[in-house]
Amino acid sequence: MTSETEAAGTADGTGAAAERKGTTTGGRTRLIKGPGLLLVWLYGVMVVGALSRSVYQISTEFGHAPLAYSLSLLAALVYAFITYTLVRGGETARRAALACCAAELAGVVVVGAWTLIEPSAFPDTTVWSGFGRGYLFIPVLLPVTALFWLRRSRTEQPAA
Amino acid sequence: MLIALTVATAVAALLLALWCGFAAYRDQPTKDWHFIGMAAVTLLAVVQLVVGVVQLARGERPEQGTTIFVAYLIGAAACVPAAGFLSLAERTRWGSITVAAAGVVLAVLQVRVYDIWGG
Repeated sequence: MTSETEAAGTADGTGAAAERKGTTTGGRTRLIKGPGLLLVWLYGVMVVGALSRSVYQISTEFGHAPLAYSLSLLAALVYAFITYTLVRGGETARRAALACCAAELAGVVVVGAWTLIEPSAFPDTTVWSGFGRGYLFIPVLLPVTALFWLRRSRTEQPAA
Repeated sequence: MLIALTVATAVAALLLALWCGFAAYRDQPTKDWHFIGMAAVTLLAVVQLVVGVVQLARGERPEQGTTIFVAYLIGAAACVPAAGFLSLAERTRWGSITVAAAGVVLAVLQVRVYDIWGG
């Protein structure tokens, strides 16, 4: 599927290729192209979802489930940082995003397992409850996909 | 009124997702017709936002809180245009897939709006 995409990219003609080069700022590798665009969009959605939810819950009913709401805020900050690095592009940003996605995956797995093993610690759900069940499991699928994409972007770098 | 709009927007969003998913399947970027479709779905979501605010002004209260209700309506209205702008810069099938994902996200938001309003 990936080779197909690349073929499609080149088959687009020189116009699209030139356009893509033109948007490469300061020689940084663009991370928002092809599958990267879908990733940025989904990360953006998660930022808006997790951030608005945690800010609202922390400001109105923090005492009800402090742990759950703090973890939601943490998730939101991680999502925001990854979105920023993906938009910025470049090798440093790619490495930072790679590390954060690994941390995010660890967070989803640990918090997901924690909510299942010890539900009493969570009077209310957090973003990563049950491995992101409340968000169509996007929280657990997203970092895995992102890790694959970011690893592949490195091998492409000499061409870009 | 709000419930009917919620159902209509959810159905339109899913149709948009199918349509753009089909474009991606045929390895095509989003085209003018897709943008007209996105505009139509966005219009529905904006009308829903206006109707929702009017109903709040008339004193009706959503079951799970006014703030959450308004936040979801704003998110729903912004969802498809945001993906549309992203797909403008990505003239491959991945632009279409992103808009399709936006359609699915909008449909999920509509289910939440329905719950929040207490339909």
